[in-house]
Amino acid sequence: MSTETLLKTPLHALHLELGARMVPFAGYDMPVQYPLGVMKEHLHTREQAGLFDVSHMGQIRLTGANAAKALETLVPVDIIDLPVGMQRYAMFTNEQGGILDDLMVANLGNDELFLVVNAACKDQDLAHLRQHIGEHCQIEPLFEERALLALQGPAAVKVLARLAPEVTKMTFMQFAPLRLLGVECYVSRSGYTGEDGFEISVPAANAESLARSLLAETEVAAIGLGARDSLRLEAGLCLYGHDMNSETTPIEASLLWAISKVRRADGARAGGFPGADRIFTQQQTGISRKRVGLLPQERTPVREGAEIVDDHGTVIGTVCSGGFGPSLGGPLAMGYLDTAFTALDSEVSALVRGKKVPLRVSKMPFVPQRYYRV
Amino acid sequence: MSELRFTEDHEWLRAEADGSVTVGITAFAQNALGDVVFVQLPELQAYDQGAEASTVESVKAASGVYMPLTGEVLAVNDKLSDSPELVNEDPMGEGWFFRFKPADADAVAKLLDQDAYDRLIKANAQA
Repeated sequence: MSTETLLKTPLHALHLELGARMVPFAGYDMPVQYPLGVMKEHLHTREQAGLFDVSHMGQIRLTGANAAKALETLVPVDIIDLPVGMQRYAMFTNEQGGILDDLMVANLGNDELFLVVNAACKDQDLAHLRQHIGEHCQIEPLFEERALLALQGPAAVKVLARLAPEVTKMTFMQFAPLRLLGVECYVSRSGYTGEDGFEISVPAANAESLARSLLAETEVAAIGLGARDSLRLEAGLCLYGHDMNSETTPIEASLLWAISKVRRADGARAGGFPGADRIFTQQQTGISRKRVGLLPQERTPVREGAEIVDDHGTVIGTVCSGGFGPSLGGPLAMGYLDTAFTALDSEVSALVRGKKVPLRVSKMPFVPQRYYRV
Repeated sequence: MSELRFTEDHEWLRAEADGSVTVGITAFAQNALGDVVFVQLPELQAYDQGAEASTVESVKAASGVYMPLTGEVLAVNDKLSDSPELVNEDPMGEGWFFRFKPADADAVAKLLDQDAYDRLIKANAQA
C-alpha cells in the first residue's frame, strides 16, 4: 500500500522529524519506533516517561439526558452510576455475546459521555451507536478535531504537573477537563502500559505544540507502537482483533471483571445488553476455551497464530499475542486454551517452526501494574 | 581479513583461510530488524541454497536467515544463544551466525561485492 492512501495524525510531521520508522496501522501512517528502538523505548517508559501518539483512536462524544441509559443497552457495564469525573473500561457486545470492540467511557457531567474506541473499529462503532442509540442521544465523532496523547510511566505525573498541578490529585481512572498550555483538554489518569500515566485529548490544532512541550521535558521520550505493544502485553492487557474479537465473549476473553456487578445475572439491572443470555449461560455452565497468560520456557518468542498442543501433540489452543518482554527479560504470550489446561502452572507446548516450545500457564499481568490508587 | 561478499537477503559472507565461509547479517539488516532477542541457529548439517537455515527474532518479528549457497554448516556462534544482542552490537564481527563449507568453492566470489551491495541498499532506501 502506498503511504499516499494512509491517514495522518496531527503529529505526523513531528514523527518524521524525530526520525520515526513509520508503518501502516489501522489505516494510519504511524510510528512503530523512533531511533531509540523498541527495547529502550519500552524500558524508558517503565523507568521514566514515554509519550505516545494515539490520535488514530476514535474519540466520540455522547450527549443527552438519556445518553448513559442508552449506552448501557450496548455494553455490559454500569454507565448510569458512573460518577462524574470517572472513566470505566467497557466493550460493545453482539447478539452472540462476542466483543465488537473495547473502549473507555468517561462521565463528563452535564449529560455528556466521552468515549475512546479502537482505531480499526471506529467507523463501525460510530455506525453501531447511531443505529442503536442514535434516537436517544446526540452522537458526535471527534475523529478529525481531536488528537490523543498518552504520557505513561512513573515520571508522567511529575511532568504533567508542571503544566497542570491539579493532576497530582487525580487517581487511577479519574477524568477531568484541564487547561494545558492554555488549551482545554480532557485528561484521564489511565493508559495501556500498566504504568501510572495519563491520556490527554487535545484539539488537533494544539496537539503538536503540546507534544513538543512534553518531549522537551528531560524525563520524556517519544515511544512508538512497537513498545506500546510490548508494554501492554507485559501488563496483560488485551489488544482488540488479536486477544478478543466478535467470536469471543468477555467470559472467554477472561474479562468477567469488566462486566459490572449490577449488569450481571443477579444484578439490579441484569442483562439488557446484546448477547446477555449467552454470556450468562457461559458464566453458569462454563466455557470450552479461555484466554490465559503463557510463559515460554525457552528463549524462543512464541508469536500470534502459533498452535498450542498437549503432551500427545493434540491441538488445544492458539497463541493470540506473543513476543518479547523487555522488562520481563524474556518471551511472553497470551493464548486461548481448552479450559482443561488453563489451571495456573499447567504445562503445554507451542509449535514454532515445527518444534515444540514448552509453555507454562501463568498469571497476568506479567510485570506488576503500578497504577496510582489511593 | 579477506574481502566480504553479500546476498540480496542482507547476509554477509567472509571466506576464511581454511576454505570455510563465515555468515552473518549486515549492519543494514540488523538496523531494519531492530533489537534482536533470539537467534535460532542452524543444525550442523548440509543445506541447499535458499533454505531457511536460521531464524532471527527481533522484538517485532521473526525473520528467516537463508543459506546463501549450498553447503554444509560446520560451526555455529553459540554466544548468540545467551547474547542475541551481539547481532545488533557487532553484526559484522561477534554477531556472526555460522560457518559453512560451500559445495562449490568458487561460488562465493560470484556473490555481490561491497559496491554492488551498497548500490542495492541505496536502491532499497529510495524504493
